[in-house]
Amino acid sequence: MSLDGPVREKAPVIQADALDLTFQTNDGPVHALKGVSLDISKGDFVSFIGPSGCGKTTFLRCMADLEQPTGGTITVNGTTPEEARKARAYGYVFQAAGLYPWRTIGRNISLPLEIMGYSKADIAERVARTLELVELSGFEKKFPWQLSGGMQQRASIARALAFDADILLMDEPFGALDEIVRDHLNEQLLQLWARTEKTIAFVTHSIPEAVYLSTKIVVMSPRPGRITDVIESSLPRERPLDIRETPEFLDIAHRVRDGLRAGHAYD
Amino acid sequence: MRSLLPVLTVLAVIVGIWYLAVAPMNVRVALDQAERAGEVVVPEGSVPRREVSVWRLMADNSEHVRLGYALERPRLPTPAQVGQELWKTTGEMVAKGRPWSKRGLIYHGWITLQSTLWGFALGTLLGIVGAVAIVYSRTAQLSLMPWAIISQTIPIVALAPMIIVLSSQVGIEGRGVPKAIISAYLCFFPVLVGMVKGLRAPDTSQLDLLRTYNASGLQSFLRLRLPASVPYLFTSLKVGIAAALVGTIVGELPTGAISGLGARILIGDQFGTPLAIWSALFAAAVLAGALVTLLDVIQRVTLKRMGMAT
Ligand SMILES: Nc1ncnc2c1ncn2[C@@H]1O[C@H](COP(=O)(O)OP(=O)(O)OP(=O)(O)O)[C@@H](O)[C@H]1O
Ligand SMILES: [Mg+2]
Repeated sequence: MSLDGPVREKAPVIQADALDLTFQTNDGPVHALKGVSLDISKGDFVSFIGPSGCGKTTFLRCMADLEQPTGGTITVNGTTPEEARKARAYGYVFQAAGLYPWRTIGRNISLPLEIMGYSKADIAERVARTLELVELSGFEKKFPWQLSGGMQQRASIARALAFDADILLMDEPFGALDEIVRDHLNEQLLQLWARTEKTIAFVTHSIPEAVYLSTKIVVMSPRPGRITDVIESSLPRERPLDIRETPEFLDIAHRVRDGLRAGHAYD
Repeated sequence: MRSLLPVLTVLAVIVGIWYLAVAPMNVRVALDQAERAGEVVVPEGSVPRREVSVWRLMADNSEHVRLGYALERPRLPTPAQVGQELWKTTGEMVAKGRPWSKRGLIYHGWITLQSTLWGFALGTLLGIVGAVAIVYSRTAQLSLMPWAIISQTIPIVALAPMIIVLSSQVGIEGRGVPKAIISAYLCFFPVLVGMVKGLRAPDTSQLDLLRTYNASGLQSFLRLRLPASVPYLFTSLKVGIAAALVGTIVGELPTGAISGLGARILIGDQFGTPLAIWSALFAAAVLAGALVTLLDVIQRVTLKRMGMAT
């Protein structure tokens, strides 16, 4: 950070400008992202919603330096995604839990900590803390196959929370869970976000989930993958579950639905 | 325990077929013996009998057929004879207090086992190192893999004498080293193939996860590729140790070897004592079975502890 110039209140954490990504496949080029521009500020909770194949995962992977854009620019914390990745600036929750089957739940959560060279005592403390956070205390010694799909997904979230990354990239983390568990985890995630002031990019297919969680909802549409609408939420940061019955909430949900429809009508 | 019944059934069928086969296989020798003892045999003389099929001989001399089950030097010994010979060359030797006698199979089995284990260790090491090179380097994959495959198309029986001659040329005494080399030659391939598959088993998302942690190459090897390959490793080790045993026995076959199960087979052949061949063969089978079972137990325990028991 430069010494001159005032420190801005809300520094941009992720800045994408005219981002393009074309996959060369055997069936010809696939335009997964086309002209995608978006700013995510510190402390934002941004949801990405759109039909299957519109490039949500691809966009997230660009932020994580797991995919290289073919055009445009993207910065994370003001640096390239690669530098951000090397600085371990983000935690990534994949669409599938992807726990290592030969590691217990506790040791799965300690995996990033071992790699990043945390001390033994610190690891033990953090594993216990994050397990409690996702309500899996007591399952530390169990192997992944001994847990339900939802519990595995929670463990994979715990794994991304175990180290202190300011950015959390989550790709449909609750996609496979039932409604009740999902509500519960949504609430917990909001509390965590409020407490830690992390910046969260969150992919979902559920309109209520997107509206309930986000400060900003990004509507995308496919072929080529692009952003069709960005909706700033007017909901307060403090959100009990029953906020979902309020007219304000339903109004935003309506806008998201209209945005999705418009994207569909395009092709 | 439920799997025991089918296994025993198959075993019973094999033993049954074996007993049935003894009669036609041994009928000529049996009739020669009966004739020498002054019995009436149709037709007379072993030369004319060569023109007659064994089925005819058995039909015409049915009272002598059972002699074939108790011959001194049978073409095909009965399972019981093989069992007796095995006992005579192992258990009885121990009972007499001479377990390490060179006439017993314990001594020869031990010689074979030693070479097998050395060859297994060497072959496994080569296989794992080769697999790591292939997985991590494209150059190694393009240069090593074709040679590894070609190496397995060369008949080992042709190669074994050359390895033995070459090693004595460079001044290596005895059969131990060349035998281990031949054994390793057969053993490394299944380990190589299995480990390449195992080290490549992690899917993209598991690798991506480590990338998000900015894990080093060594870290992802130790924490992801290596543990993911363990089930594959054990499967190929079981194939590898059986191959190592075959390699050792092949290394003991060329003339000159005097100890080891392979040498016993060769000597049995030269001196016309099929019983010695059969008992050496069974000793080798028992050895292979024991080694594979041992690895299987280690595999079960390891995978269970790793939470990957199936
Ligand atoms: N590695 C790849 N190679 C080729 N094409 C790809 C690759 N990854 C993604 N694509 C294509 O890019 C497009 C966007 O895919 P992406 O996975 O980002 O969609 P998504 O919005 O996450 O969809 P979903 O909601 O189903 O997860 C799709 O058409 C997909 O087929
Ligand atoms: Mg996706």
